[in-house]
Amino acid sequence: MSYDTLVVGAGLAGLTAALRLSERGQRVLIVARGVGATHLAPATVDVLGYLGDTRVVSPAASLPALSNGHPYGHMTVDQLTTALAWFCAHTASLGYAGSPGENLLLPTALGVPKPSAFAPRTMAGGDLRAGGRFVFVGFKGFKDFHPTLIAANLARAPLPIPIEARALEVEPPSSRRGDLSGRVIAGRFDNEHLADWLVSALEDRVEPDERIGVPAALGLRSDAPWEELEQRLQRKVFEVATMPPSVPGIRLFEALSGALRSGGARIVFGVTAVGARTNAGRIEAVEVANATGTHEYPVTSVVLASGGFASGGLELDSFGTTRETVFALPLIGLPEADRVRFAPRYFDEQPLATAGVATDDSLRPVDGSDRPVYENLHAAGAILGGATPWKEKSGTGISVVTGYAAAEAILAPATQLMSEAAR
Amino acid sequence: MNYAIRDSLDHCVKCTICESFCPVSQVTPLFPGPKYVGPQAERYRGAGPSADSSVDYCSGCGICTQVCPQDVKIAEINSRARASLWEKRGVPLRNQLIARPTVIGRLGTPVAPLANWALHNRTIRGVVQTVVGIHRDAPMPSFAGTTFQRRSRRHHAPSDGPAVVYFHGCGTNYYEPRLGEMLVAVLEHNGFRVIVPPQDCCGLPLQSNGNFPAARTYVRRLVDRLAPHARAGLPIVSNSTSCGLMLKREAHEILGIEDDDLEIVSRSMYDICEFLLRLHDRGELRTDFTSLPLTVPYHAPCQQRGHGIGKPALDLLALVPDLHMIELDVDCCGIAGTYGLKKEKYDISMAVGKRLFDDIAATGSGVAACDSETCRWQITHGTGVKSVHPVELLYRAYGLGRSNQDAPARAGRPTAQVNA
Repeated sequence: MSYDTLVVGAGLAGLTAALRLSERGQRVLIVARGVGATHLAPATVDVLGYLGDTRVVSPAASLPALSNGHPYGHMTVDQLTTALAWFCAHTASLGYAGSPGENLLLPTALGVPKPSAFAPRTMAGGDLRAGGRFVFVGFKGFKDFHPTLIAANLARAPLPIPIEARALEVEPPSSRRGDLSGRVIAGRFDNEHLADWLVSALEDRVEPDERIGVPAALGLRSDAPWEELEQRLQRKVFEVATMPPSVPGIRLFEALSGALRSGGARIVFGVTAVGARTNAGRIEAVEVANATGTHEYPVTSVVLASGGFASGGLELDSFGTTRETVFALPLIGLPEADRVRFAPRYFDEQPLATAGVATDDSLRPVDGSDRPVYENLHAAGAILGGATPWKEKSGTGISVVTGYAAAEAILAPATQLMSEAAR
Repeated sequence: MNYAIRDSLDHCVKCTICESFCPVSQVTPLFPGPKYVGPQAERYRGAGPSADSSVDYCSGCGICTQVCPQDVKIAEINSRARASLWEKRGVPLRNQLIARPTVIGRLGTPVAPLANWALHNRTIRGVVQTVVGIHRDAPMPSFAGTTFQRRSRRHHAPSDGPAVVYFHGCGTNYYEPRLGEMLVAVLEHNGFRVIVPPQDCCGLPLQSNGNFPAARTYVRRLVDRLAPHARAGLPIVSNSTSCGLMLKREAHEILGIEDDDLEIVSRSMYDICEFLLRLHDRGELRTDFTSLPLTVPYHAPCQQRGHGIGKPALDLLALVPDLHMIELDVDCCGIAGTYGLKKEKYDISMAVGKRLFDDIAATGSGVAACDSETCRWQITHGTGVKSVHPVELLYRAYGLGRSNQDAPARAGRPTAQVNA
């Protein structure tokens, strides 16, 4: 089967690029070693949360302050805004709220206000910027979610207007589950209609002007239980991100992969892209290892969205050599051979933190003299060097924006040809 | 011991992605989930008695390994742990019995009418459930009476054309010989000469029931039959996705068999749809398809996805005029080979399959397509909808089913009425 574009990786960047290409009529194949970070991250779109130690109020206004080699450096604010608007429109079932011009401040499970440009509607109600009264509700037996900790930390957190926060704990109807994860509880909201239980557990214990924060577990297949709770409790109800598995992240994955499937794109999990057949500076086919060996997929374009060190897109071996694992691309951000590769403390400035590929403005990985390595290879997401997403709070934003931009760069020549033909 | 499997647990970062996808732990607390039972519990498994038998509730669908972003061989670790559990405790009679399809096939075939009556008699099935432990409602196929091997010996194969070897598996041999004939007809329509070597079980049911030594014996016997053809450079095709995967990968990865014969057989194995799609990629597949005005939901079974080849059935069937395939997005039908037959697991298997059954019913179609035989039987059991291998749709679209012998093997209705 021949495909127009093969996408390596099924994280947020790969799914976004694939969906954009697919909706424009391309035949798209995603090959992935496994599922990406959608199942782990809270499903907010964090465009830019911090510059150094300063919390960013407006990501769009702060972009020019980023260093030259940053992935966002390849695009204008307009391009970024277009990409994010497209993303929100294509995840309509999740109802993303927000804007690149203004960060929301959403509570984490540790009670830290976290800046995010967009959040699903189930979470957006937790925006702390306007102050007010909050009650955080824990579910007895649900691990690593402590409403008292959240409330206490938020009460002393630096916020534009201080909030009032308190904690409650309620006990879900008994089940035989030994281990309660967000996914298990969310499944019970779908199948056992736990909304009835939560309404009766809360209606007499919550003040009329309080907003209600609960673990992000209000329905797995859809957020209908959240909607029902807001209506019946007549208060703002919002999900607070939990430890993985991330229920809002699962919903996001389902929304994107479902849209891809119904658009005719193909996703293959459990296989590894291992190399390419190339000719005259172009990738002619991608080699993919499956159950028995290596199969060559002929392609017109390729999007590399294989992730960074955490996902195996980058690898550091015991001799200190860092490599890009699929196409052996040149890397930037590597410490010199005789320098230390790790700072002793985890949260220190880490020498390998910005490692990744450098690209041109079409997001094509470039070599040391800034020439594209392959004419038809584009990169997106965490494989891009030059960012420190965990400090900047920019990971999901980079994935969405560069995933969309890589797709646009692939589509651009076709669009140009079409408009030329029209003339 | 294949250390590459066990050592892969060190790559586990406890991200819980496998837990999010496991279809079994979603419906029962008896299986705590692939991460706990796999890479976590494996660290505590040693020579002594196992403290925990929850690994027996893993259905072996393999989805955990497919979605793991860190290449941890979760399902394989669990499969080995299950085998060592039963090695210590002794594999129960029931599991020994249902894991030997050739023995059952040989016993049932000569007395097919009687055996089929017994398999579908409520009273007898009740007794079987009590005595043997096979659930009375579990889906059982009907013996065809004449094996595919026997039918193929009566078949006049073309004497020329490129040769392809057909590994038909036990399901085709004893229960669905018509499917085997359709597959041969499709290949012959494309100019191939189909060789059907004598063959036996691939050992997969024994592997998934924890009897590795017996499974290895079966694999070796089968590989002995197939290896000479593979060495001659012939491709081997299979319509049973799980048996094909056994030869492609699991016999090596899970049973730990290392030999040249297995290796060359592995590299020569193709799922039938994979094989036909590659033909098409080379412009060698005949596309003289006639119209097939049907809407058919398609389920790619877990073991099919384990091949890592995408969904070639959908790509092929897209070539058929007026045939509208609906790609279902449910991971597992629940049966997992022999898992759903067991009395203590039947309810779990039906609960796993419920989403798939509901989605198929929602399409309103009278027929569903699926590559794996036990999954097809489970789908029909769970929905009442006839289920066919994708090859059967190709066969009909080629117009090969116009002769009288084409009456659907199990439904016994004329072709035109198969799909309302």
